[in-house]
Amino acid sequence: MLEIRNLHARIAEDGTEIIRGLNLTVKAGEVAAIMGPNGSGKSTLSYILSGREDYEVTEGDILYNGESILELDPAERAAKGIFLAFQYPVEIPGVATMQFLKVALNEQRKQRGEAELTTPDFMKRVKDAAAHLKIAPEMLRRPLNVGFSGGEKKRAEILQMALLEPKLCILDETDSGLDIDALKIVSDGVNALRSPDRAVIVITHYQRLLEHIVPDTVHVLYKGQIIKSGDKSLALELEANGYADVIEAAA
Amino acid sequence: MSAQPQIKLTEAENALLAAYTEQVGDLPGNGDVLIARDRLITDIKTRGLPTRRVEAWHYTDLRNLLRQVPANANGDVEALAPLISGSAVFTLENGKVAAKAKAEGVTVRRIETMLADGSGAFLMSPRGDDDAVGRINGGFLRDGLEIAVADGAALAEPIELQVLHSGGQSHARFVVTVGAGASAQIVERQQGNGASAALVSSVSELTLKSGAEVSWIIVQEQGVSDTHFGQINFRLEKDAKLKLFIVNAGGKLVRQEVHGVTLGEGADFTFRVVNLLGGESHTDVTMTLGHDVPETTSTEIVRNVVFDKASGVFQGQIRVAPDAQKTDARMACNTLLLSEEADFSTKPELEIFADDVQCAHGATVADIDRNHLYYLMARGIPERRARGLLVQAFVAEVIEELDDAPLVEALEAVIEGWLERHGN
Ligand SMILES: Nc1ncnc2c1ncn2[C@@H]1O[C@H](COP(=O)(O)OP(=O)(O)OP(=O)(O)O)[C@@H](O)[C@H]1O
Ligand SMILES: [Mg+2]
Repeated sequence: MLEIRNLHARIAEDGTEIIRGLNLTVKAGEVAAIMGPNGSGKSTLSYILSGREDYEVTEGDILYNGESILELDPAERAAKGIFLAFQYPVEIPGVATMQFLKVALNEQRKQRGEAELTTPDFMKRVKDAAAHLKIAPEMLRRPLNVGFSGGEKKRAEILQMALLEPKLCILDETDSGLDIDALKIVSDGVNALRSPDRAVIVITHYQRLLEHIVPDTVHVLYKGQIIKSGDKSLALELEANGYADVIEAAA
Repeated sequence: MSAQPQIKLTEAENALLAAYTEQVGDLPGNGDVLIARDRLITDIKTRGLPTRRVEAWHYTDLRNLLRQVPANANGDVEALAPLISGSAVFTLENGKVAAKAKAEGVTVRRIETMLADGSGAFLMSPRGDDDAVGRINGGFLRDGLEIAVADGAALAEPIELQVLHSGGQSHARFVVTVGAGASAQIVERQQGNGASAALVSSVSELTLKSGAEVSWIIVQEQGVSDTHFGQINFRLEKDAKLKLFIVNAGGKLVRQEVHGVTLGEGADFTFRVVNLLGGESHTDVTMTLGHDVPETTSTEIVRNVVFDKASGVFQGQIRVAPDAQKTDARMACNTLLLSEEADFSTKPELEIFADDVQCAHGATVADIDRNHLYYLMARGIPERRARGLLVQAFVAEVIEELDDAPLVEALEAVIEGWLERHGN
């Protein structure tokens, strides 16, 4: 489903290279975990996958279902089913959450040539998804993410994901800021989306999330490269020993 | 004024004078009115239209910006469905009253009648030397409405004043008095059918008696080649509360003046403006507010969205009289510039002659927040639509403050419609 080949990318503004020859393949149905020390480039990779224009790809390619997506803007990528749950979702005053959800859903449908949802159908979907994630309806009456607590923002991201039903879900530290119950609720939400035609990339620092969302593969990202890949036991190993051994072995 | 030397008139000034000569024969008015009209037009002839050297017109050089004066048009205009259903609708077509609704607690007289019998002669005095809008309006005035809301009346439905034209010239006047303790919502719509270029002027005199509460909403949606001169002069007596709300969403050359005074303690003025500017238009909102007595309050918020090569200006002058202690006035002007060539100027002026007052003003200019745009796009919203949402968000705050669901919805529709037509 996703194939990243020898990807090099830099910050557009100052030319600093962050991703330095990264290779990664994620198959349909797979849950891949990406771990790695602070500042290794995990969020940057997720931004690049989503098409953020602050980063410039200088070499390599990103293939999604066999096609390069480098020329697509974020909206086009989203319509093709790529979804990034942000590490730090932004607050957008003045944009009502419900309006945003409706526009996003319908714009994606339009781009895919599907009919727009009727208002009652839309309302029902939101209500159901919000109930599953234990999101209070009052929250949805507020402007987008405005005044949401850290955990509420993360839950709201997963709500969007549940509604948009993407094919490639990228979760950037969705577990950070969540309390124990919320972690369980959010994980259940993600697990509910697991299916043979959908892939999930989970970026996390902690094994705890991976107990709930059990990964098929685990990759260590360091200085812009994947330096080691393995199965779920790799996460346990990292939890026990830290990154030093892995980094040393790769050097 | 008559001492001023004759100047060389511009094409537009000459056209104005010619239009007057042509129309004066069938403009309504007794002898007094006619003499007053002549005087207004003579003023224009001797001094010309104001240039940027006149302080009140510094950002809108009318003499150079007004290029053409269209001939009169008499085409048909279709009445609009009211912004808020159920409103009592009064319609002016090409400057003449065409339809009058009936509403309980409201008495109405035509300005045409008042001019004919001379009782409207007082309408012919300009505000001052710089009052080009008043002169043009008074000189050419044909009709309009005097509306009186009885003391204590609480109007159940809004009054909608539709000032419509089919191009050409249209000059209207409203004289509105809202009685003591009465409340009313007035929607003023300025719009044409776009058939040809128009020169429109509309002047309103508004008096709120003690304790009256009024929301007055001006929705200006003139055509892309129209010139629009609006002026509203208001007086607020004790404890009167006026919310004046203006949405400028049209016109090529727009000057909207607001002049008000607080005359009694406890008077409050809430002023909100949304300027949606695009193309090569120029829009000027000029406000002068006199806090003339102690303990009166006002807030002014102006939000501007400027696309293309459009330009705009907000001049906000607040005067606090020497004994107007405990005045509280707060003014803000926020602009979203959406193109390199877009331009907006802000000129706040606080003239404070009392010492125990709270007065503040602030101005900001920004572009669309790139992080916001990225976030919306990352959810599949195409750039154009995402920008539209963010622009709407920028003005939404001001609109939602109206706290009146049907009105908010109607204004949001006006804004959305405009953005669909103009948004990058
Ligand atoms: N737009 C930017 N401007 C400047 N530096 C940036 C930018 N984006 C990323 N960086 C730098 O690139 C490096 C990688 O950042 P990134 O956010 O991808 O790390 P991360 O692996 O997600 O870290 P964490 O685990 O702390 O979330 C960091 O050193 C960061 O400071
Ligand atoms: Mg990160």
